[in-house]
Parts: sequence; C-alpha cells; structure tokens
Amino acid sequence: MTKQLLAPALVWAVAGWLPLPVQAADKVKIGFISTLSGPSAALGVDIRDAFLLAVKMNGGKLGGLPAEVVVGDDQFKPDVGRQLAEKNIKLDKVNFLTGFVFSNIMLASVPVAFENKIIYVSPNAAPSPLAGKQCNPYFFAASWPNDAYHEAAGQYATTRGYQAVYMLAPNYQAGKDSLEGFKRFYKGTIAGEVYTQLGQLDYSAELAQVRAAKPEAVYIFLPGGMGVNFIKQFVAAGLSKDVQLITPGFSSDQDIIRAVGDPMLGTFDAAHWALDLDNAANRKFVAEFEKEYKRLPTVYASQGYDTALLIDSAVREVKGRIEDTEGVRKALKAAKFQSVRGSFRFNRNQYPIQNYYLRVVGKDSQGRLVNKTMGTIFKDRGDAYVQECPMK
Amino acid sequence: MQAEHHGYYLSFASRIFIYALAATSLNLILGYGGMISFGHAAFVGTGAYVSSILLSEGVASAWIGWPAAVAASSLAALAIGAVSLRTRGVYFIMITLAFAQMAFFLVNSMKAYGGDEGLSLRERASVGLGVDLGSDLAFYYAALAALAAGLYGLHRLAHSRFGRVIQAIRENEDRAEAIGFPVYRYKLACFVIAGAAGGLAGALLASHGKYVNPNVLHWTQSGTLMVMVILGGVGRLWGGVIGAAALLGLEDLIANHRVDWLAAVFPNYQQHASLGVGTVLLAIVLFAPQGIAGMLARRKHA
Amino acid sequence: MSWILIVEQSLNGLQFGLMLFLLAAGLTLVFGIMDMINLAHGSLYMLGAFLAATLVQATGSFAAGVLLAIPATAVLGMLLEVSVLRTLYARDHLSQVLATFALILIFNEAVRIIWGPDMPLSVPAALSGPVQLLPGMVYPAYRLLIIGVGAAVAGALYLLVARTRIGMLVRAGASNREMALAMGVNIPRLFTLLFGVGAGLCAVAGALLGPLFAVQVGMGENILILAFVVIVIGGIGSIRGALVGSLLVGIVDTIGRAFLPLLFGIFFQPRVASAAGPAIASVLVYLLMALVLYIKPQGLFPARG
Repeated sequence: MTKQLLAPALVWAVAGWLPLPVQAADKVKIGFISTLSGPSAALGVDIRDAFLLAVKMNGGKLGGLPAEVVVGDDQFKPDVGRQLAEKNIKLDKVNFLTGFVFSNIMLASVPVAFENKIIYVSPNAAPSPLAGKQCNPYFFAASWPNDAYHEAAGQYATTRGYQAVYMLAPNYQAGKDSLEGFKRFYKGTIAGEVYTQLGQLDYSAELAQVRAAKPEAVYIFLPGGMGVNFIKQFVAAGLSKDVQLITPGFSSDQDIIRAVGDPMLGTFDAAHWALDLDNAANRKFVAEFEKEYKRLPTVYASQGYDTALLIDSAVREVKGRIEDTEGVRKALKAAKFQSVRGSFRFNRNQYPIQNYYLRVVGKDSQGRLVNKTMGTIFKDRGDAYVQECPMK
Repeated sequence: MQAEHHGYYLSFASRIFIYALAATSLNLILGYGGMISFGHAAFVGTGAYVSSILLSEGVASAWIGWPAAVAASSLAALAIGAVSLRTRGVYFIMITLAFAQMAFFLVNSMKAYGGDEGLSLRERASVGLGVDLGSDLAFYYAALAALAAGLYGLHRLAHSRFGRVIQAIRENEDRAEAIGFPVYRYKLACFVIAGAAGGLAGALLASHGKYVNPNVLHWTQSGTLMVMVILGGVGRLWGGVIGAAALLGLEDLIANHRVDWLAAVFPNYQQHASLGVGTVLLAIVLFAPQGIAGMLARRKHA
Repeated sequence: MSWILIVEQSLNGLQFGLMLFLLAAGLTLVFGIMDMINLAHGSLYMLGAFLAATLVQATGSFAAGVLLAIPATAVLGMLLEVSVLRTLYARDHLSQVLATFALILIFNEAVRIIWGPDMPLSVPAALSGPVQLLPGMVYPAYRLLIIGVGAAVAGALYLLVARTRIGMLVRAGASNREMALAMGVNIPRLFTLLFGVGAGLCAVAGALLGPLFAVQVGMGENILILAFVVIVIGGIGSIRGALVGSLLVGIVDTIGRAFLPLLFGIFFQPRVASAAGPAIASVLVYLLMALVLYIKPQGLFPARG
C-alpha cells in the first residue's frame, strides 16, 4: 500500500526542486473577490460593476498596463473567501487583491495576502483593528474607516437633540465598530443596544423590544438584505410613524431604496459621498454608470470606482514596474488621483482622511428617490485608532 | 502543469489526505459499524478548534497540540456516543445531528476565538526534529503519514475480533445481542475510535489552512464526509481515500480547468459544480451502492 | 416587561410555529407512512417560494401567485415521487438519506441555474402596514395573515385526517402499513397523493415566509432541521404531534431569541449577551428534543402502538 503512494510522492518531491521562471510584468492581474450571491449580493455586484467600468473607461488598462480582473464569489462565507484568496494568490498569481464587502470575510482572507506580500486595497471593509494596533503596510482602505459613518450619525443625533436612541447592529467586528462609533459622538441616552445575528432576516422579536422601549430614534447598521428586511418590517410594525430612523449612508442607499421604496422618504443618513457631490470626476462617474448599467450607483459603487482609479494611479506612478512592491506601496500612499468624493488623502495608517455629509432621502428632479446632501457633519476627519498604529 | 504551480498542488494533495483520513474515520462507524451518524463533523471540528486554540495561545508544539485534539474529540465522542447510542434508527440520526448543531452554535458564539469570522493562525504546529511544517512538501509527508497510520489501523481493526463483532452487529444487532455480546459497549468503543481519528484529521486541517471556522462543524460538512464514503465505497478499506480524492478532485477539475466545449453548451458550468456532484451521488446510491471501490472489486472478481 | 411585549412575542412564536407545522406535517406523514427519510423536503419548500415569486410577478397579484404555486409545487412533488423516490421506499435509511441529500444538491443548483441565486418577493402593499388589535397593541397585518392561514390549514388537515375516508386510510397506513396493504389499500397511489399534499403544504409555507425571510437558494436547509426536530418531538406519523411539536419549538425559539438576551444582558456585555441568547435558544430546542426522547422515546403522540 505504501509503495503505491511512494511513486507519486517522489514525482512531486522532484517537481518541487525545479526552479521557478521569473515572470516579467506585461499586465496587471487583480484578484477580485466579493459577495455576489445571497440577500446582500447587491453590494458586491455594485463594487464589481463600478470597478470593471473604471477599467473599461481606461481602455481595459490600469496605469498603462493591460488589466486582467479575476472575479470570484465568496457567497457570504469566510472560508470560501479565504479559499478563493489562496487560489488567486498561489495559482493565478495576482498582483493586487481587492473586492470584499464584509469585514468578517475579509479578515479571514487577507492574512493570506499579507503573508505573501500581496497588497490588498479595500473598496469597503476597513475594520478598526487594522486601523490601529494591527495596521499593516499591505492594507489600503479606499473607502472609509468602519466607524466613520456611525461617528457622523452619532454627531448628527447629538446636534439634533434626540433624547433616547435604540441601536441595532449585527454581531461581528464591523457591527461592534459601528455602535462604538455612534456612541463616541452621541451624548444622549441609549435606549437599547442589540446585536442581531449576521444574515438574520426576521426582526419580529427585536422590533417588539423597540416598541416596548419607546425611543425617539432608532439607529441601525444593517447592510444589504438585512437592512431591507428590517426597514420593511419596521414600517409594517407601525413603528415608522412614531420613531425616526437614522442610518449610516449605505443602509439608506440606492439598493435599499430600490427594494423598500417610498417608506424610505425622510430617513436621515451620513456618508462620505452622495450622487449630487459637485466635482468633475463624480459627474462623469454617475453619468457613465447610469448609462452602462441602467441604474443609479450606490456609495459602494463609488468606492469600487475609486479603488480602480487608485490602483491605476499607483501603477502609473511606478511606470508599470509592479514587481517593485515597495514602490507600489509608496505610490498608493501618495494617492495621486481624482476621486469621485473630491479630494483624497491617506492617513499614516493608510486609512483615508475626508469629509462626511448629512444626507436625507428625497426625490430628485425626475421624481426618483435619491439621497440629497443637506450639510457637512465632519471636515477632514481621520479615525480614532491611528495613534495605536506604529506605521509612519 | 507548470513548475510554479507545484506548491498549490502539494497543498491540494495534503488536503485530500486530510479529508481521506476524516472520511475513513467515518467509514469505520458508517460502513463497518452501520451507524448513520450525521454528527461526525463535530469530532473533526473539535480536533480542529482545540489545536487552533492551543496554537493561538502560544502552544506551538504539535506533540502537545495534536494529542490534545485527539483526546478532546475522543471525549466528545464518548459523551455524545454514550447518550446517542441508546437510541436507534432515525432517532440516532437526529440526536447525532442535534449534538453536532449544538457544537456548531457553541463555537459560533465564542467571540474570543473568532466566532463566525473564524480563527486565523500565524504558524502551523511545529514538530521540531529539524522539520518545518510550514513547507508544503513537509506537510504533505506529515499528512500522508497520518493517513497511512489511519488506514493501517482500520485494516488491523477490521480483521480483528473487535472488527468482526462490529460487523456482526451491523448485520443484525438483535442476533448479536442474543448471542451475548455487549452491543452498546462495542458500538461506543467504535464511536470513540472514529472520533479520535476524526479529531486528528481536524487538527491537521486547521494547521494546513492556518484557519478554522465554525462551518467545519456544520451538519452539511458531515454530509460531505458521508458523500465521500459512499462515493468511495462504504465498508471498504479504501472507501474514504477514493471518495475524498474523487470528490475533491472532481471539484477542483470543474472549478479550475475549463472544458471549452462544455462551456460552449453550458456557460458558467464551473459555478454549478455541485449539480454534477449531486447527480453522481444520486446515481451511485441508486445504481452502484458499493461505490467506486465496489465497482473496482467486482471487476477484479468478474 | 410590558404585557404588550409578551403578547407580541407570543404572536411571533405562534406565527413561526404554524409555518413550521406546515413543513412538519408533510414530513411526518411521509416518514410515518412510507417509512422514508426525505431530506429534500426543504427543497420543495424552496421550490414553492421560487414558484410563488415567479407567479406573483407574472400575474401581478400576490394572492394569485401564491395560490397557483401550490398545485404547481404539488405536481412537481408528485413527479419527483413517481420517478426517483419510489425506488427508495424499499431501500435502507442510509440510502434514503444519501439519495435525498444528493437531491438537495441537485435542486439547489437547478434552481440557481433556472432562476438565479434569489428572487424578490414582497409583502402585498395592502398588508404591509400594521393592524390595531387592541388599544396600544399593534401587530403587522401580514403576520396576522400567516397566523390565520396556518390555523386554517391546520384545521383543514385535521378534518381531512380525522373525518374523511382518505384520512382514515392515511391513519391506517401510519399505524400499521402491512395490515393496510393486506386490507387492499392502493398504496402506491395513496403515497403519491400524500406526497403531493406534503409538497403543497411546503409551497404554502415557502410562499408565505418568502417576503419575511428571503427567497434564495439554500433556504430549505435550516428550516429542514427544525422540521425534523419537530416530528421527532411530536411523534413520527402523527399530525397532532406535528402541531404540538411545532408550537412548542416556535415558542421556545422565540422566547430564546427575545428574552434570553435580556436576561443575559443583566450579567454580561451587550455583545456577549446578544451572541449567547440565540445560541442558547437553538441549543434549548435540541435539549427539548433530547428531554422528550428521554421521557417518551417515541415522541409525544406516536402514531404506532
């Protein structure tokens, strides 16, 4: 029995000693893994569509090199995401990894990239550990620190004078970050702090508690399908009449608006970007996205687009020499590109410093439900964890 | 096959060996013992988590971590088996499934060790002796050794008195009881041995991927192991190995090696691999219940 | 702890329990009478939901879509029974488990190929608001509909099984199959019909729960386990047992999700309390099953003996 296995084992062992041919960079390979199926697929699909649009608008190139994007679906499962990351890095030999929507899936998968010195540029998830103590030179957040929207929302709730707020978020790292962020700036009474199960779709039990607690406002962090279901059930339970709904920007964005409809009118939210932000890059992005995909982009799409532009600028800076990982890192950090959010710069922990705006769901000139900018909550805000990061 | 991919394939082969060991341990109770346990993933998972927790707390030695994993999964098998084996038929299936789900929910709620995000490990367990298990080649041999030990153990067990009693119990439990065998004790012992081997497979799995997550305990994982055993040949020595190799090989083939004419007829077929797996499994159950090993054996004797 | 909260959570538990009953009823009959473990029962639930979503879009009416989905799923169920499942009746339980597990894989992918990973299905606009039950007590209209439909179906099933000839044949077959065969009951046709009824019940549950959860591939697996737990608790082959079992499970699950976190919140941090609550609630359901099996190994209302 052992003899039958020795033969193939020897073949493998010999194959192991063969030298690896060096590959010159004639194209840039991007590993794109995201949540493309399940109730929260709309998020991953938006990021992917915007990323691919940016590449297409650039003539199929990033930074002058032909770009090959390998797309994978993590199916909302951390172990699937990790396996795909391994395949991308070890088999497809990608130069950059990107795409994850959810922090838990990302946190399970990026260690593979870090170990193999592959840079991960995040179009969404940017959890607090990676901003502070565990900051990593191979991690760049092209979106916003996980807490940011929640801090802004908390600030708004304080300014507006809501006395009692009931908070809900899913029980994972980003959920915890979100409510910590809200509490950092909200100075009123917390009527309740509840962590639901990630992926939970039926909120009847939680809504009964909300009703019993009688808060002035409810703050939720429930991305994707979770948010859609909660808001629908919130309205169905008759709570929308008495309780104001405040959300972080993405929980009231186009995907949720499409699914929920008119009950969303009047919801307040906070975000770093809006459809009506007035700069040339944004106007072009919104117009092209709508033309290509026949729908309005969400904040996720804006982030996917910016990620592609960021990578494009970095590859251009190093003049195509992407094997020079250190050079690419410096180029990424310099972030010399026109972001759809206006100006873009990185903090020393490679998380962005930017503005955050108050938005409200209303109707645009064509009668469609959109988020309209109402004011600025924070200017040039970084994050609360940068002091713990040893990177310069 | 380019040289630069050899690391990936060595790693893939190790994965097959580990699943083969897990499937073989299930084969002991399923094929030889006739016990339909839907909770086997709990033992593999216990082994995986115990060794991962030890590694994350700084206990790097495999000489401590892996025996600890085996001990933990044996204890779990003893506890679960003691209660479940008092029932029979569908009740046994349901109780083993229930215990596995309880383990799953328990581990899922352990936020200290990652919860549903799972636990990432910085290094694989170390065996010392100048061998670095971090290298794909070294780990390949370690996994191979574990599988070989498991198969040898099963071979000896099946041909021993214990093995013959277990198979007699599988054939007709009432008769074995009437003859005077302490059926419950034999089944429990068999259950614990299988749990121990499953735990070793779990420890290897955690070190191999340097990652563990509650899904490894989910009842659908038990189902996957069952599929491997049936595919390979339930109750046959090589059943677990052939089944693991066939299933994982088939999945990899479909996902990573595009067959152009098939893609022309059926675009995106690569994303629907489980359709093929399900169909093959159904066909095996309906037409070739002895699995691949059975078909090979029949041809030899024909 | 207001009484409104308790009433609302009880209604939630009742709603969930009744839907679980629809699944458990079909499952217990198939198991009790045909002695077959059918893991693909959850797939019929999924098919019912997808068909309902499609038909609602096609007809523009929620009621029409749901009502049409029921016979459609029943027919598919009967086709499945006649083609594949019939060959499994004579086989051992392991083969049944594996074959129907294979069917789960096949159905999941087939649905993904035909429809995609999910389909939208919304609560009809007329029912998407709350209803005033009592002064100060408001409850979503749609969930009341579910409770109503669930109770009506339970009542109809009871009448069918206890008061009609077919029901008598079913009960006879459940308590002693060999005798029923010997008495001349046309078993194959009865089985097919029974399977169709079970599939139809799955469709009702799938279509009604679709707007609350999500109509997506794989939606059957989680609820399948609970359905099996219910029939083990209730007694295999007994409709009454399935009803009592599902209501018990529905209430335990809801109490666990609703009140345990509050209880834990007194001693632990919110994150821990929130994680422990649902985990223990799930464990409670299994512990309930273990307890029932310990006291009454054949379930609460066994059909045989």
